[in-house]
Order: sequence, then C-alpha cells, then structure tokens
Amino acid sequence: MKRLTYLKNVVTLKLNEEKCIGCGACVEVCPQAVIGINGVNRAWIQDRDACMECGACNRNCPTEAVSVQAGVGCAAAVINTMLGREPSSCCCTLESCEGTENQGKTSCC
Amino acid sequence: MSLPSLNQPFVVGVVETPVGTVPQISSALTWRDHWGTIKARWGVGRMDYTIEPGIYALGNPGNESPVLVTANYKMSFDRLREALSGRNAWILVLDTDGINVWCAAGKGTFGTEELLHRLILSGLTKIVTHRELVLPQLSGPGVAAHQVKKLSGFRVHYGPIRAVDVPSYLDSGLKATPEMRVKTFTLRERIVLIPIELVAAFKAVLLILLAFFLLGGLGGPAGYWANAINYGLFASVALLTAVIAGAVLTPILLPILPGKAFSFKGFITGILAAALLLVVRHPDLTLWPGRLETLAWFFLVPACAAYLAMNFTGASTYTSLSGVKKEMRLALPLEIGAGVAGLGFWLTSRIIA
Repeated sequence: MKRLTYLKNVVTLKLNEEKCIGCGACVEVCPQAVIGINGVNRAWIQDRDACMECGACNRNCPTEAVSVQAGVGCAAAVINTMLGREPSSCCCTLESCEGTENQGKTSCC
Repeated sequence: MSLPSLNQPFVVGVVETPVGTVPQISSALTWRDHWGTIKARWGVGRMDYTIEPGIYALGNPGNESPVLVTANYKMSFDRLREALSGRNAWILVLDTDGINVWCAAGKGTFGTEELLHRLILSGLTKIVTHRELVLPQLSGPGVAAHQVKKLSGFRVHYGPIRAVDVPSYLDSGLKATPEMRVKTFTLRERIVLIPIELVAAFKAVLLILLAFFLLGGLGGPAGYWANAINYGLFASVALLTAVIAGAVLTPILLPILPGKAFSFKGFITGILAAALLLVVRHPDLTLWPGRLETLAWFFLVPACAAYLAMNFTGASTYTSLSGVKKEMRLALPLEIGAGVAGLGFWLTSRIIA
C-alpha cells in the first residue's frame, strides 16, 4: 500500500547543511523517513511533506543542524487550547504559545 | 534506590541482583492482561492503566543481558514483553504517568531527564556490566541520545518502532531495517483506534441526540409524541449515522477517500451517509417541510462527520501540527457554519410543518 501523506508545503522543518556533521542520528530516529544521507555524507531532506513535526530529529541532533517547531498534529488539542481548557485526563491541549521553549508541545492523553 | 513492588498481578517471581530483589515477569500474557487491553481500547480505566516504574527482569537475565526501556502504560509494557518470548532481558520502565511512549515523548515525560533519573534510581550500573540501552524509536521526540551518553555514560540505541520487531533487531546486532523505522497506519492499526473515538463522540453527542428527539415533537402535523417519534427519532438516527460516518467509516476508508485533509474525507462519507438516509426516509419533496428537512440533513450530517474525521488527526500517525492548523482554519468555520445552517433548516421544517 502507498504511504499516507498529509497536506503539502506546510511543515516547519529546516536543515542547516553547514552545521551538519553527517552522524545520521536524525535519519535513525525519524519515523517517516523524511531525512536521508547524501553522497557527501550529509543529511538532506528527501521527503519534506511526509514530516509530522514530531521533533525527534531536532531533539537528537548533536549540532542543532535540524530544527522544527515540534508539536502533535491533533485537532482536538488545538480546539481545547482555543477554548482555554486546562490540560487534564480527558483533554489534550497545546501547552504554550509559539516562540517559547516548549512551542507547540502538547499535553495529550 | 527504589525497586518496583513485587506485589503486582503480572509479577511471576523474583530475581536477586546486587541492588536487591527485582520483580520477574513473563512474556506470556494472561486473560487478565488481554482484558485490560480491551478495556483500555474502549476508554475504561485508561487513564489509570499503569505499572510501577523501575527495573524488571524478563526471564532470567544476567549482567550482560540487554536493557530495554519502555513507558509505564500497561499496554506499552505488555506489547514489549509479549514480543520477547523465550528471551532474557532487563526492562526499565519510565514513569510517564501511564501514557504511551509516543504521546509521552511528545509531552516530554518520556524524556532525557526521566531516563537519567530512572537510571540512577534503578541501580542499573550495578546490575549490568555494559552501558547500552535500547529505546523505542518513537521515544525520539523526548530523548536526546547524545545528552544521555554525555550525562550517564549509557549509549542509547533506538530500536524499532513496533515491539514485534525487537527480537530480530536484537538478533541482528541492534540493526533496524528501513521498514522497522517507518510508522505505518494500516487498516488494523486504524481499526483498534475506533472504539476510543466512538466513546468520545458518544459522550459529546448523547445530549444533542436527546435534544433533537424532544425538539422533533414541536410543530405539525401530528401530536407532540407522534412527531417526536417520527421526526425526532429520525433526527437522532441521522446524527448517529453521522457519527458512524465520521468516526468509523472515515478511519477505515482513510487511504481510499479523496483529498488529503481529514475533514474533507469526513465530508465525503458524510454526504454519502446523508444520501443513504434520504433514500430510507424519502421525504415529500413537493412540499417545503420535506425540502427543508432534506436540506437540513445534507448540511448537518456532513458537518458532523467532517468534524469527527478532523479529530481523528490526533489518532493518526502522519499529521503535522502545521498541517492540522492549516486544515482547521478552513474546515472549522465551514463545519460550524454548516451545522448552524442545518439546524436552522431543520427547526424551520418542523415549525412550518
């Protein structure tokens, strides 16, 4: 079966080739095979639209070459946040606003 | 130092270690474990389905046995141990508040800090001679492998996504195939998520069903209860059909439904559901009440189905937050608008009947 893909040209994933040391940590940890290693042993974004912005690459990059505004693609969390609900056992929310350290982090069931 | 309690129902024995008596577990699940999984899938006691964090012995591990790390959501723990039939390993359970690996990693509770903390509390450095840990790949958003190495000396190996692949990963010298590294969303994986979506939808929709039933009694042409049973009951059935379209059919048919946005996919199943409902209902389209009622269901059912389908983004394995926000900017106003318009048409059809 063909892999499912979501909306095109929306994700916030960025790669700074100059900082990349080609360790491959991002390739190993990405659950969507978004990043590959090219012929000159550097990371490259091979399937940008498959990125789900989980933030695993960013978290595991030792040189901060990969960056992404990490968050969970969950409509219920977005709605709960809009309604100003507190995170609880039944509700997922986006914990804080963009621009802070926990940008888009969810508190999810 | 703190070791997990031996007095947990799944503990089958004890293993003595330099740091004390460690609970021993088996890879064989009992009916009780399976029943626990079923209940959690239906949302019963799901927020309290936990085990004590700390180190567990699967089989009879020694000081060179591998250490596998997981969350203290009982279902995560069960999936891991049942995959490791006939093996000896240490299982280090992190305190994630009973949340699964993926959600806990996103939240940060399955994270570098908790891992480092649990390594110290469990006394793992005295239990094993090596300094290697196998973590589920989906804990990547929470754990920085290079920092764990720097701060504890333990090297983090990201194992496969699915617990069933752990044995072949271990046997191949901690090498994962490309297939093991990609999160799938197969029919089976989608179907197991439906119950929890249905439970959530029903909780929200039950009062609305009752309201539609009672409002159905208003207006003509017959008496209140006769109307309620005719129009009100049909309204409740229509909304239930919308729930089935959005929360059951859309997840099942996800790959073959047109479009990328979940709400659009739900809109399509909603339109089909509305068409089916009207075939069953065959209202009198020569008169305004029948026309308006028809119109109402072509607005309400797709709006409701689209909304529920949109909420399935949270259960899916491939949607980004940026994408969901983009989808919602268009879909949410349309869903609300169509819902309000549909309600208006329906109430009007009742009043003029």
